[in-house]
Amino acid sequence: MLTAVAAQLVCVAALLGIAVLAVALSRAKAATALVYGATLIVCALALIGALRALLAGTGADEIVLPIGLPWLGAHFRLDALAAFFLAVVNLGGAIASLYALGYGRHEHAPQRVLPFFPAFLAGMNLVVLADDAFSYLLCWEFMSLASWALVMTHHREPGNARAGYVYLLMASFGTLALLLAFGLLAGPAGDYGFAAIRAMPHAPGEATMVLILMLLGAGSKAGLVPLHVWLPLAHPAAPSHVSALMSGVMTKVAVYGFIRVVFDLLGPPNWTASVLVLSLGGVTAVMGILYALLEKDLKRLLAYSTIENIGIIFVCLGLALAFQANNQTLAASLALTAALFHVFNHSLFKSLLFFGAGAVLVSTGARDMDKLGGLIHRMPVTSVVFLIGCVAIAALPPFNGFVSEWLMFQAVLLSPSLPQWGLKIMVPAIGALLALAAALAAACFVKAYGVSFLSRPRSEAAANAQEVDHFSLAAMVILASLCLFAGIFPGLVIDALSPVTQQILDSRLGAQSHLPWLSIIPIAERRGSYNGLLVLVFIAISASLGYLAIRRFSSHAVRRGPAWGCGFSDAVPQAQYSPDSFAQPLRRVFGTLLFAAREHVEMPPPGSVKPARFSVEIHDLVWETLYGRIAGAVDTASKRLDRWQLLTIRGYLSLVFATLVTLLLVLAIWS
Amino acid sequence: MHSLDFDISHSLAGGLVLISFMMLYQDRLYSLLNVFALHAVTLSLAVTWQAFIQDAPHLYVTAAIALVFKAIIIPVALHRIIRQLGIHRDIETAVGIGPTMLAGMGLVALSMVLMLRVTAEADALAREDLAFALSVVLLGLLVMVTRRNAVSQVVGFMSLENGLVLAATGAKGMPLVVEISVAFSILIAFIVIGIFLFRIRERFDSVDVAALDESRGERR
Repeated sequence: MLTAVAAQLVCVAALLGIAVLAVALSRAKAATALVYGATLIVCALALIGALRALLAGTGADEIVLPIGLPWLGAHFRLDALAAFFLAVVNLGGAIASLYALGYGRHEHAPQRVLPFFPAFLAGMNLVVLADDAFSYLLCWEFMSLASWALVMTHHREPGNARAGYVYLLMASFGTLALLLAFGLLAGPAGDYGFAAIRAMPHAPGEATMVLILMLLGAGSKAGLVPLHVWLPLAHPAAPSHVSALMSGVMTKVAVYGFIRVVFDLLGPPNWTASVLVLSLGGVTAVMGILYALLEKDLKRLLAYSTIENIGIIFVCLGLALAFQANNQTLAASLALTAALFHVFNHSLFKSLLFFGAGAVLVSTGARDMDKLGGLIHRMPVTSVVFLIGCVAIAALPPFNGFVSEWLMFQAVLLSPSLPQWGLKIMVPAIGALLALAAALAAACFVKAYGVSFLSRPRSEAAANAQEVDHFSLAAMVILASLCLFAGIFPGLVIDALSPVTQQILDSRLGAQSHLPWLSIIPIAERRGSYNGLLVLVFIAISASLGYLAIRRFSSHAVRRGPAWGCGFSDAVPQAQYSPDSFAQPLRRVFGTLLFAAREHVEMPPPGSVKPARFSVEIHDLVWETLYGRIAGAVDTASKRLDRWQLLTIRGYLSLVFATLVTLLLVLAIWS
Repeated sequence: MHSLDFDISHSLAGGLVLISFMMLYQDRLYSLLNVFALHAVTLSLAVTWQAFIQDAPHLYVTAAIALVFKAIIIPVALHRIIRQLGIHRDIETAVGIGPTMLAGMGLVALSMVLMLRVTAEADALAREDLAFALSVVLLGLLVMVTRRNAVSQVVGFMSLENGLVLAATGAKGMPLVVEISVAFSILIAFIVIGIFLFRIRERFDSVDVAALDESRGERR
């Protein structure tokens, strides 16, 4: 009988085998169905294995393979934390494969996707399983490169090549930071096994450096502001099922890396560390959702919203660090549970929303919301599940997004018990930022749903949209039901997460699933409790009462008539609320400062028949100030160094000679 | 103490440095080749002496290789090449002799200072040897840098390699296989460079490396 970790590795090997098979089959007609079908089966098996390991709570399970560095080998380990993230990865992978069974048929060049899709999943699985720094970094790079290849699938479309380039740059920067972090962790002895790193004490200065490097390394992959710039470019560029995996799952693998190093390997934290994580998370949440609000490309909007959710997760992690530093382990486990719960939730609803955006893209060919509208009549099932995704991500009950954000605010409310005044003041401020982000997220998804699915079609393509195939619908329906399930039975999820907090913080929330009427009481009854079932029943009853009342007191006859056009008899669909006009009030409030937004009105003189023009100018200040300057500096430096590229032969020899003599001189003077 | 051993090896290595200096001011190709042959002969003498005092018979092989290849085959072959290319009347004018000699002295001083300081624990013989060897290497590089003719750059390269062999034999316990492989790699480098010389010549009617730069479209 295989051990649990060996079984997971067999699944990974199977995924790699499918990747090789996909290369061989790439020109065959049945390749799409075959590859995605096989990936679906393998991911489902891996999911079952991960869930069994998580729920059985049998402790860590290790294996050493004789590959990799000769003196180290490749260590793999399956503990509760890894099992949870494996479950997230493989759930996302399985459902994305199911979706791709239908969606993948529309791919023009399947040979560009098929080999890399299973390889990408294998990479993510391996990162989570890795138990030494070398395997970790190797698998991390493998994951990055596989996802880069997927981003470059449609490399001839405008902007995608640049997206791939920026992604590659940021990924290598992130890996560099991780490399340095592991170098510091391994210490002068250079023992790269995680077990040895865990056992070693780490000096405070070193621990702070590692934390900063992890924020840079894992943060750049997860999309922390200001390292997020690649994410809204790269995630939408990939095919939609891959976008869902990148946004819903790969960012979570980065979160896993952060938790593994900062909570597990680094030992007890310092409370100042949490300040950095909290503030970065808060800024990321608000900036991410503001970017999303100003966006009119549906997939880019979703990618920006991923940044917001990553911010929320990092705030939870920062809270957990703050509580843990003060030995308030119950509160810390509440914050960590909120973070992990949100990781799970976000992987569900962000995949769902990307699938929905992919369905819209397939049936209309448009990502730009200015060309959508009225899809609720033509794609009824997609509209319902997309609505569920929107409601869940906007953190409205009875769906799962509400539960995790509620848990997070419960943790925020525990902050007065922290002894440090800095944290006492800061945490409520971060909580206010999160409340702002939650409200803006609701506005953002009202915009996304309202403009795309309601209103009248804004283009011919949207008017002629068709419902998508059954595989895609099945994948979305499964995700929507999981969102509802996790919202109504949050106690089950919290209980499943308790082995993880037990492992990392040595503390767990009380068991929830035996509480009457499916309530959850994370800390104490008087602190607050939530009952998803009650909320659902209340919503159902009040909605049916309202429906009955309307049906009772109004006319039964359905009349179809022209919409009132404000006096303009022939309003064109473009005159409806557009994504830009919906966001205008919020843009005026926040945009002037954060995006240097300027509105220009160009009014023709009286008597002229030219149309008046209104234009908005928005600057991405992060991109222009930070990255613009870095790019400028690199440009200048490379121009200066360019002269050294084309020397004469004697010039090169002299250069070598001069370098040698200089080094010798340095040695002679210093030694 | 083997004071005589020390003195002889010291004077042989010092002679090598001196001959390196002689290379710096040769402006005729034939005389440069002759000096190079002398360099190689001195090297083989130094290595033979090392073999004798270290009681290491394999160093005799090294000395024989140095004598046969570097003192006979390569100079003779280069002589032929120069005759075939018809450049035996060329005069080198890259950098003036005075500055070159001054630079050479500076390099020797540098390597002395450096080597005597970093090898404080090694025995006196190895220290001196290493310091001289580094001087020879640096002077070889200086020859390569200050010459414009490809043939004399080859000679500079070969004399640089002589310095490496001197260092290798001064350090006790260097296996023979390393020295033989170094010698053969030098021979192969010589063959490749020789072929290149003819190719360059075919193409540009000159072995002045400046012609290569012009062909890349660069102005000087």
